[in-house]
Amino acid sequence: MKSHIAHDWVSLHASDPRVKLVAAKMKKENYRPDALIEILHTAQNAFGHLPMPILHFIGKGLKLPGSRVFSTVTFYHFFSLKSKGEHTCLVCTGTACYVKGAQAILNEIEDKLGLKTGQVTKDNKLGIQVARCIGACGLAPAVVINDEVHGKILPADVLAMINQKMTAHEQVGTE
Amino acid sequence: MNRLELNSYVDKAKAKLAEKAGAPQIRVCCGAGCLSSGADDLVKTLNQEVKSLNIDAEIIPTGCMGPCNQGPLIKCDPGNTIYQKAEPGKMRDLLQSHYAENTPVTEQLLFAGSRETPFLDADEDPYFKKQLRIALKDCGHLDPEKIDDYLVNDGYHALDKALFAMTPEDVISEVKQSRLRGRGGAGYPTGLKWETVYRYVNDQKYVICNGDEGDPGAFMDRSLLEGNPHRILEGMAIAAFAIGASKGFAYIRGEYPLAIKRFEAAIKLARKLGLLGKNILGSEFHFDVEVRIGAGAFVCGEETALIASIEGKKGNPRPRPPYPAESGLWGKPTLINNVETYAAIAPIITRGGEWYSEIGTAKSAGTKVFALAGKINNAGLIEVPMGTTLREVVYDIGGGIQGGGNFKAAQTGGPSGGCIPANHLDVKMDYESLVSLGSIMGSGGLIVMDESSDMVDVARYFMEFCMDESCGKCAPCRIGTKMMHDLLQKICKNKATRIDLERLEELADYVKNTSLCGLGSSAPNPLLSTLRHFREEYENRITETSPKHTVVA
Repeated sequence: MKSHIAHDWVSLHASDPRVKLVAAKMKKENYRPDALIEILHTAQNAFGHLPMPILHFIGKGLKLPGSRVFSTVTFYHFFSLKSKGEHTCLVCTGTACYVKGAQAILNEIEDKLGLKTGQVTKDNKLGIQVARCIGACGLAPAVVINDEVHGKILPADVLAMINQKMTAHEQVGTE
Repeated sequence: MNRLELNSYVDKAKAKLAEKAGAPQIRVCCGAGCLSSGADDLVKTLNQEVKSLNIDAEIIPTGCMGPCNQGPLIKCDPGNTIYQKAEPGKMRDLLQSHYAENTPVTEQLLFAGSRETPFLDADEDPYFKKQLRIALKDCGHLDPEKIDDYLVNDGYHALDKALFAMTPEDVISEVKQSRLRGRGGAGYPTGLKWETVYRYVNDQKYVICNGDEGDPGAFMDRSLLEGNPHRILEGMAIAAFAIGASKGFAYIRGEYPLAIKRFEAAIKLARKLGLLGKNILGSEFHFDVEVRIGAGAFVCGEETALIASIEGKKGNPRPRPPYPAESGLWGKPTLINNVETYAAIAPIITRGGEWYSEIGTAKSAGTKVFALAGKINNAGLIEVPMGTTLREVVYDIGGGIQGGGNFKAAQTGGPSGGCIPANHLDVKMDYESLVSLGSIMGSGGLIVMDESSDMVDVARYFMEFCMDESCGKCAPCRIGTKMMHDLLQKICKNKATRIDLERLEELADYVKNTSLCGLGSSAPNPLLSTLRHFREEYENRITETSPKHTVVA
């Protein structure tokens, strides 16, 4: 049992490369509690989100109470306790995008896909998020699909674009 | 490397450059905007095309050139000719014509289509002519990933001067003389801040660079960090020398992965050449910088919250005093400045505080970088002397309103700022003038709105932002922003009464005056400024009577 980071519903094996990555980062940071945010960044990069067991693991490593780890995670928008989906579509709602119709884009996505911001499709394929500002204001309104920024988007085109990016990604995967 | 070794290293690099003087150079804007319009592919294509066309040209990826809306952009040197909307497919013909046949492609010149005769030399275009680029000087010109590019453009010259020809007191007095004020928004005199931290005696002090550019609609810091990271590093090192710090942190938004990557690369290169680390350039001065990645909390732009975040905690602000200058990071005296402030330091040290103080207005010296966006033709990054009028920015540089509409308002200062209406288009853009109109300079986001914008909804939009970003520590901000948001929503839905409007104004006053930090105390600004300049839009939506709101005494 010791080789497992036990938790109610999921358990992560210590030999999981992602866990190893987090463990290595903690060691590198000398298990300083100050480095909590840095380590959370590493964990989220490895897992795509922050599953509860890894939070316990980090808390133990840094000798921090679970409450402290959990409250830090939930304080920052960047950290997510839930999976963001295999593909992500992030609609920028910064001021420039707002002025140029970001809401219409978001409405289009939410209406047509029947998803709300922050939700993921049932098959975990696609997650919809909003960003406060991605700093691509010169190209407003902007949408980020799988970390790729697309500027000057029209509401009518956004779904086609998401589909295209999702299929393109899948084709690369099957080749 | 010590001083002499670096000098000879730079001389060698300069000699190499001189050999190639006059040879074709093609600069490709790889700022965030142009990258998302395909600048990466463009670099690849250009490299292939110059080979196959046998043009002996160097392809240089650079930081943001400025006119993001026209991207992707390439600049063909010699001649300083910028081509807009540079698609890979068009490059072969363009290169052939521009270099082999010596005929510029007029229809693809920057602002072709919006100017009758676009300019061959981009600096002749009003977009650049009206600007004065000090912080942005090398941004869009040098390769941000090569330290040699910065060095041959007199990079780290100011650090050398500070270390070997000046005392910390000299540096501080030079910065004081420049009358530089904090570019993060509040406009506190930079020299004074440095002096305060300098005066606290402690064996450990810290320098922090605030790159948590959280204002929606602002991308100045991002472009500076991505376009010329060494300039920021040099500014931080000079600041550290002046106040006696040996350690620095650059806190950069997690939303800016490219800025983080380039800044981290810059730190590594600087360490390699002995420009960071122990005994910098052979002097007694030690200084090193680490990057801290923000995790998406607007409040972390507030200095005490930012410090908490670097310490690995929730980004909650704390009451001041004590100010970070006295007790900051881990309780040590700490200097925090914005990215753009650090970007102005090297030129001030090199050319003197007096030179800088002569630019701009009596109370606001120097230049300011603005991120121009919204319903404007030439959206992008600009830098103008303080005191340039809003009209000049919107019409001469910005090229007017997109789609030929009418200017309605310009929003400055993000969620802490306000809206400037059309009858104040001639306002001088400096700290005091903007405050007198109920807005603030802020970090430099400037969003232009036309008549399609609903000002009550604009106020609601910013209030929603503040409500969401309130850290929840103090009640006025946590509860007040939520209540104000709900009231604004009610007005937007035409369901509010006069009493609601009165309550809203009353609340705005409470929140402004009783919140713990800048987030709360400035959260009512967008509401108050739209109420001041566009009151009729609120009044038009008020239903006069509502039995629900009869006062029960």
